[in-house]
Amino acid sequence: MSIAEIAKSIKSIKFGLLSPDEIRKMSVVNIITADTYDEDGVPIDAGLMDRKLGTIEPGQKCQTCGNRVGQCPGHFGHIELARPVIHPGFAKTVYLMLRASCWNCGRLLLTKEEYDKYTLMMERYKRRWPQLRFKLADRIVKKATKTQECAYCGKEQFKIKFEKPTTYYEEHPEGNMKLAPNEIRSRLERLTDVDAALMGLDAALARPEWKILTVLPVPPSSVRPSITLESGVRSEDDLTHKLVDIIRINERLKENIDAGAPQLIIEDLWELLQYHVTTYFDNETSGIPPARHRSGRPLRTIAQRLKGKEGRFRSNLSGKRVDFSARTVISPDPIISINEVGVPIDIAKLLTIPERINKFNLDQMKVLIENGPDNHPGANYIIRPDGRRIDLRFPKDRRTIADSVEIGYVVERHIKDGDVVLFNRQPSLHRMSIMAHRVRVLPYKTFRLNLCVCPPYNADFDGDEMNLHVPQSEEARAEALVLMLVQEQILSPRYGGPIMGGIQDYITGAYMLTRKSTLLTREEASQLLTSAGYDGSLPPPGITKPEERWTGKQLASLFLPETFNYTLRSNVCQKCPQCKKDECENDAYVVIKNGKLIAGVIDKKSIGAGQPESVLHRLVKDYGTDKGRYYIDKAFKLFLSYIDSRGLTIGLDDEELPEEAKERVRSVVEEAEKKTAKLIEIYNQGLLERLPGRTLEETLETKIMQGLEEARERAGEVAGQYLKDSNTALLMAKTGARGSLMNLAHMVACVGQQSVRGERITRGYQNRTLPHFKPGDLGAKAHGFVYSSYKDKLNPIEFFFHAMGGREGLVDTAVRTSQSGYMQRRLINALQDIRVEYDGTVRGTDGSIIQFKYGDDGVDPAKSDHGKAVNIDKIIERVVGAGGK
Amino acid sequence: MVKFDILSHELVPKFFILSKEEVEALRHSYGIRKESLPWIRRSDPVCKTIGARPGDVLKIERSSEVAGRTVVYRYVVPG
Ligand SMILES: [Mg+2]
Ligand SMILES: [Zn+2]
Ligand SMILES: [Zn+2]
Ligand SMILES: [Zn+2]
Repeated sequence: MSIAEIAKSIKSIKFGLLSPDEIRKMSVVNIITADTYDEDGVPIDAGLMDRKLGTIEPGQKCQTCGNRVGQCPGHFGHIELARPVIHPGFAKTVYLMLRASCWNCGRLLLTKEEYDKYTLMMERYKRRWPQLRFKLADRIVKKATKTQECAYCGKEQFKIKFEKPTTYYEEHPEGNMKLAPNEIRSRLERLTDVDAALMGLDAALARPEWKILTVLPVPPSSVRPSITLESGVRSEDDLTHKLVDIIRINERLKENIDAGAPQLIIEDLWELLQYHVTTYFDNETSGIPPARHRSGRPLRTIAQRLKGKEGRFRSNLSGKRVDFSARTVISPDPIISINEVGVPIDIAKLLTIPERINKFNLDQMKVLIENGPDNHPGANYIIRPDGRRIDLRFPKDRRTIADSVEIGYVVERHIKDGDVVLFNRQPSLHRMSIMAHRVRVLPYKTFRLNLCVCPPYNADFDGDEMNLHVPQSEEARAEALVLMLVQEQILSPRYGGPIMGGIQDYITGAYMLTRKSTLLTREEASQLLTSAGYDGSLPPPGITKPEERWTGKQLASLFLPETFNYTLRSNVCQKCPQCKKDECENDAYVVIKNGKLIAGVIDKKSIGAGQPESVLHRLVKDYGTDKGRYYIDKAFKLFLSYIDSRGLTIGLDDEELPEEAKERVRSVVEEAEKKTAKLIEIYNQGLLERLPGRTLEETLETKIMQGLEEARERAGEVAGQYLKDSNTALLMAKTGARGSLMNLAHMVACVGQQSVRGERITRGYQNRTLPHFKPGDLGAKAHGFVYSSYKDKLNPIEFFFHAMGGREGLVDTAVRTSQSGYMQRRLINALQDIRVEYDGTVRGTDGSIIQFKYGDDGVDPAKSDHGKAVNIDKIIERVVGAGGK
Repeated sequence: MVKFDILSHELVPKFFILSKEEVEALRHSYGIRKESLPWIRRSDPVCKTIGARPGDVLKIERSSEVAGRTVVYRYVVPG
């Protein structure tokens, strides 16, 4: 029978409970002995490894179905429990049902009127709002629980206490009485089918009393295979161990009952049986000690097999291992396109694409077959039209095989330059974490990627590894190419702006190239343009006297479309109150007119990754992703070539200040210390005025913190005045390439206040942070203010405080990632199946409407302007004419 | 306690109970059954105030941060 013949469509799924009869019916053997194998290693009949339960040894035929290992599905057995036990998974609902039913006659505790009313309501709900019927059932149960007296037999009801996991007491005036499972079961038995329906159970599939086990199903041996170690010692599965325990106790209980043993002994054994059954289902049940292996390791029982990251669901069903994939360390390659990925040749020889031979590729394919598995580009397998696979690893003479292939054969050829593959870096938090690249087969052992795709993957090269997947069908490749290609992902749906773009040296390079002082000779300009891959002609020099010179702005303009117009303020802008625009002395006002960079320097604001409203953003949005990729591939290379030719370095000298500056920094800090001392003095005299909503101590703390923070800022400013313009750290901070002025101030002037939990450091010894201080010292030094700069060196006390602040940062990141990871999982679980339909509504899989218009405005954030549908200011600017005039 | 008219509160949007014809039109425009609309419970304070009954469809006009005004619909269910 083929799959198509037996295929049926599922209309609905209904969950129920297994009845004792059903358990017996599906059982092939009643397990009565706790032993598994005899001395010869033969499974004992009616034992836990009975051969009727299915085969696990190869070559053996199943005693039940006659199939061999792969074919036999395994068969359930069962254990007849000497006394009933509570199924721990239903303990809570059993509790509710006990409270909602009469102890005497077993009926649901409702008056006749309520009963009729709710029966009618339940019928109506089932017809019109089937999803709501469980809510109604909850309401009915709640109502019944509150009833004091049975409307049928008139008996007064007792309160019932539930003790986790499986014990119930009835509160009688004379004292608490324990309810035995058989008593509970007989009460549940007396609930009518209608009563059960009112409590949300369909009696045909789940009678209430089936929640109390009288028969325990025994899973097939294939579910809990025993393993034979090399030493020949057989080791049983944890589930088998647990089942052995259950059978042992069950047998002892049975013997004691038969022998008429005292009630006390029977009850003890009964409770022990309950314990073993409970831990058999879930060995992490709260309130009872977990069952342990002889070695002391807790057993891995049913719930543990399913739960958590290593459980069946997350590890085997939601996530699976795949073929046609590779993983290795990544390293940068500024030469290849952002659309490409460098694949090591060894990997290229293992990953294949099935290609069907036709008359156009026949000759090519013959070459590949002849090359075989060890020569790239080659092939690893041939699949004949009849489905037979030919492994090219073994035949000596591949030429005859190559000659024998015909049209219609499929060749599993090596991936080669230009093939489409998916590239991924974990954690895959957004859609740009998996993008389609074109293969570029390269020597060495690492995946190579363009630096501009680091931001979407959040990749760096300190040992990061990435995964690569090869789509196997034409449809998959087409889909990957159209939807997932890197250039199609430049604009991020996270916010309206490009997520890819210049980072670090790209930005410094662009700035250095486009600033006014950069003038290049014919030779230099040609060299730069050639390395950028420019294939047009050299424009006329921007300066002719005294000698011909090209400006950096000229070169940077060559990759812009001729119709491109834009203005923006760059990162180096000082945010002057009155912007002088074109006349800005920092050259911070960028004007691009007809594709020519007329004024301004290119820096982070123009080409930076994650910068909305940038040159790059407009370019991609207005001219398309092809143009965007072209710009990133070519112009960015120009920036790097320039920084390469000039060189950029940072050294200890960059953090050196003249003596005069050091003196001024020192005086700023000393002043702050004096101010702090003054504040403390005022506080000690009781003259400090309380800030609203703060205690006196908090007021003092706030004021000290403010004063010290100010001091650090002032120190930074002072130091900044003495830094030369040629200071590369300053250059990088100003252009937005890397680091900030604060980082710089830490290095040259003063590190400043260290904090733990947003406060000055207070922990440590009693009333002081370290034994070096007097108890109660409130001064700056005693609470983590670091006077020194990194360059000057931190003294041991400062170093210690600095380490305290640093440690908090590390702990925070660790906690944050785990928390946001959990949130991500839950959000994805909730949102993965909803989609935007063609009518603009957001719907669930059943067509239910979740939003009437996506995001209320129907705007795709990836195609938006920084979240807005349009940026009216920029449109007006464009229509009226950019840059004035 | 004086009963407060919640409908006059600025944070409560405007609710309307749709007529049979309007419901039909709405169903056709989205191509759905009433049950596929988002649900609102009869016990919701606004439902109680305007007297909406299970099976009714409510039209809600409210202001939206991104779209100015939006119109959404709710299907009234018991409970
Ligand atoms: Mg890393
Ligand atoms: Zn079998
Ligand atoms: Zn009764
Ligand atoms: Zn300016």
